[in-house]
Amino acid sequence: METLTPTVTSSQLNEVIDLVKQIYGFDFSFYSKASLKRRVARILMLRKMEFYDLKHTLVNDNLFFQYFLEEVTVNVTEMFRDPSFYRAVHDQVIPYLSTYQHIKIWSAGCSSGEEVYSLAILMNQSKLGKKSFIYGTDINTEVLKEARKGIYSLRKIKGYAENYQLAGLKGSITDYFTMMYDAATIHNELKNNTLFSVHNLISDNVFNEFQMISCRNVFIYFETELQEKILELFYNSLCSHGFLCLGSKETIRSEHFRNKFKTINHRENIYQKIGA
Amino acid sequence: MLGGSAGSFKTIFSIVRRFEADLNKAVLIVIHRKKNFLSEIEKLFAENIRIFFKEISDKDKVEPNVAYIAPANYHVLIEKEGVFSLDVSDAVWYSKPSIDVTFDSAAEAFGADCTAILFSGANQDGAQGLLRLRSKGALTIVQDPADAEMTAMPAAAININAAEYVLSTQEILELLNK
Repeated sequence: METLTPTVTSSQLNEVIDLVKQIYGFDFSFYSKASLKRRVARILMLRKMEFYDLKHTLVNDNLFFQYFLEEVTVNVTEMFRDPSFYRAVHDQVIPYLSTYQHIKIWSAGCSSGEEVYSLAILMNQSKLGKKSFIYGTDINTEVLKEARKGIYSLRKIKGYAENYQLAGLKGSITDYFTMMYDAATIHNELKNNTLFSVHNLISDNVFNEFQMISCRNVFIYFETELQEKILELFYNSLCSHGFLCLGSKETIRSEHFRNKFKTINHRENIYQKIGA
Repeated sequence: MLGGSAGSFKTIFSIVRRFEADLNKAVLIVIHRKKNFLSEIEKLFAENIRIFFKEISDKDKVEPNVAYIAPANYHVLIEKEGVFSLDVSDAVWYSKPSIDVTFDSAAEAFGADCTAILFSGANQDGAQGLLRLRSKGALTIVQDPADAEMTAMPAAAININAAEYVLSTQEILELLNK
């Protein structure tokens, strides 16, 4: 039989989780184990490492930890991922948001900024650009650097054209970028309404009050208990009647939070806060 | 578990249609398909099969008498506690959902309790995962390339010796009836 790519056992995974928690203060204990195992096994494969190498390097090399953090926290995203979500926000959320003086939106787990800029484009087309501000947060400082730059490869941006059209937006996605050689830079007009900063959903607290929070395809990496804890954080970060957007395959399951959020869109999992 | 790509839909559909509502097993279907288009696949399954059908949401429990399908643009993993976890990381063999990702994690979570069948397809996704399942004692079956619309996927699995049985669609149906 042919050899298989490396695997990581449950006890090995726990060793890594404990190490990272002790040395770096990042707590992966309540992450979905199957995905996390696969991420760690991937590092072993990419770096051609044995398990003991991984532990040793994690202990002794801070820079390697940055790489580790980037690899284990999935940073794959698209502009206008799930176009039907953006249509739903446009039709069901924006009419409500437009009644506010100022609209503050939090994109939690924003990675390299694609969702933040997608929302900025949506707000701009809804003529709410001037009074809206979007906060993007992530635990990973490296991806936030990318997000702040707002520079993407032209090939990638062109790849988002289909999402953009399906989201029902006018014109072309390239209208919002300045192209130079093979790089596309988001227009300053949009960038000026954004702020990117480090925030750890597991250990950090409420930092502002928002009209809308978008946290899509982040909960899938967390076990149910941790999801609940973060729902509490989101609840406390929303103004009354504020909106919470989860990924289209992420639902609020517990009775407790089902009573605290009203479902606005079942398919896209858009919720509205009940109570003050 | 049933995994397939190009040219596999009809075969998988005809198999799942035969399952009774009280099959007493969980069925998991992973079929490669394009994102963004609410494909006809879910509709066809939902309207034409006897067993209860569900597109997977994150942390759904793995329960008997349900046929689950992996959603487009997500990988599906299985946790030891018997729940599904979704994942949006890079495509594997240009595919998301990837059959390898699901088979690998099923091998870890359920091992010998699984039966996995790999069908027609134009790439190599599923072969490694099937091999891992076989190494954990699961029953692994590959559709006979002579019987498949696209031979690459079943052939890749056979080449690395991941198949306990290589069977035609007809033979697969007969085996599942037992």
